[in-house]
Amino acid sequence: MSGWEPVIGLEVHVELATQTKMFCACTVSFGDPPNLHTCPVCLAHPGALPVVNQRAVEYAVRIALALGCTVRPRNVFHRKNYFYPDLPKAYQISQYDEPLAVDGAFDYWVGDERLSCRINRVHMEEDAAKLVHSGESGRIAGSDYSLVDFNRGGTPLIEIVTEPDIASPEAAREFLNQMRNLLVELGVSQCIMEEGQIRWDANISVRPAGSTTLGVRTELKNMNSFRFLQQALESEIPRQTAILEAGGTIDQETLHFDPETGTTSSLRSKEEAHDYRYFPEPDLVPLVMDPAFVEEIRAAQPELPAARIERFVRDYGLSRYDAFVLGAQGPLARFYEAAASGADPKLTANWTMGEYLAHINAAGLEPGHGHVTPARLAALVGLVVDGVISGSAAKQVFALMAEERAEPQEIVETHGLGQISDEGALDAVVARVVADNPAQADQFRAGKEQLLGYFVGLVMKATQGRANPKLANDLVRKALGK
Amino acid sequence: MIGENDVRYVAKLARLHLDDAEAGRMTAELAKILAHIDKIAELDISDVEPTAHVLDIVNVTRADKPRPSVPRDEALKNAPAVGEDSFQVPKMS
Repeated sequence: MSGWEPVIGLEVHVELATQTKMFCACTVSFGDPPNLHTCPVCLAHPGALPVVNQRAVEYAVRIALALGCTVRPRNVFHRKNYFYPDLPKAYQISQYDEPLAVDGAFDYWVGDERLSCRINRVHMEEDAAKLVHSGESGRIAGSDYSLVDFNRGGTPLIEIVTEPDIASPEAAREFLNQMRNLLVELGVSQCIMEEGQIRWDANISVRPAGSTTLGVRTELKNMNSFRFLQQALESEIPRQTAILEAGGTIDQETLHFDPETGTTSSLRSKEEAHDYRYFPEPDLVPLVMDPAFVEEIRAAQPELPAARIERFVRDYGLSRYDAFVLGAQGPLARFYEAAASGADPKLTANWTMGEYLAHINAAGLEPGHGHVTPARLAALVGLVVDGVISGSAAKQVFALMAEERAEPQEIVETHGLGQISDEGALDAVVARVVADNPAQADQFRAGKEQLLGYFVGLVMKATQGRANPKLANDLVRKALGK
Repeated sequence: MIGENDVRYVAKLARLHLDDAEAGRMTAELAKILAHIDKIAELDISDVEPTAHVLDIVNVTRADKPRPSVPRDEALKNAPAVGEDSFQVPKMS
């Protein structure tokens, strides 16, 4: 590409996994039949008053602390006013100039490069209802109305706003992927993308490489696919660059990404720019963050993925890449650590990333589920290290272990997969192999060293691969007088 | 000084229809209100904390415990139109 560089910023929205909504006691649910979880508050009946969900505040503080933000001592909710059928009050309760937290940073990796993105703010708000547009449901295709399901309306929602610190579409994708891992690890959201539990807006501009001023940006709103985000941003860079190189200017506008064509197009621009007329929500009193409350949450924070990955490199001697594969997500990381506590960490890492991941992916299991427990994997690695079974036999044992809930040692015994390391047992086999091949034996004795492999191969074949290879080598040499 | 264009803009944001006479009257009335606000703004309040709420209390929260929602029929009773157990509204793009 020519001398232009993209500048990307993100706004991440995450629905909290609380039991109830942000401002009322209706159950937060996914996939239930429409309009089962509503009340006067989330339907905006006159006179109904919102009350803040304490657990949602706690989760929000967890997020803010994990992003290294300063939790502001005083929080005020504001009304963000606009008309849309998914917003029954005609305003969203959000935060404006006194948000939950500000000034953090999120560290993430692209390949081996550790990057940092500044976090502008983290604030609390409520989700809108779900609109089913005509044409999206077979039954109302071509109709002239839309349907509103208020089950989702009022779900606690956290908005995380970054500074424009992201320098490539790939980095934006990695940022979101790793942000999602972090949020799941914090236990504040399951972040199921298909359910829209995590969604984001991206803004992007381009500028001459090395410049420090920002160009005019365009926005991609409400996305929930990593791949589409990356594609949309990738298509936006040459589009903006071409306009600027031709001496044109970029319109600040919201774009729609069409996955079919891989290009962006302008959404019909609204007649007037949004004017949300924020003002303090008179139905809610301010939240004052007790430092003890914040410190209690800080003390209870789990180890975060970034720190865990560093620790895997340090404590287990893993490569950065292996540490990332094993450490990025909690369930797999816990499986690996439990297994590595009982066997060689590097070999255990290889087995976890190889056979084990292939197995759970194929079986559709979550890490830690199924017959292959950390203890069994560790025992299997131990059998290889101790020379009880060969590497290839270990793969057979693994396959059987995935099927039949048994200890690897039992499987080795029941299926006769143990390595033959007993000199006496192998001597007879070696002697027979040598006796059966007198011509090759003579050639070997005459100096044709490469025939060693031929004899060892015959020994392996005769023992169904169970002969200890090193011992077989030694015994063949001995039998042939070398 | 507020002009009629400002009034029409605000009315549009609030989805209020004003005819010409109403727009004229509202412009005059809002101008008076704003003049009164300007008068209040003459007070020196540099030492006063902004008031976010008239009540001098903070931290009113509730535990995250579900309570029964209203029955769906009840919830939909006030809908202008109902379809597929949902509130039915004019088509949104």
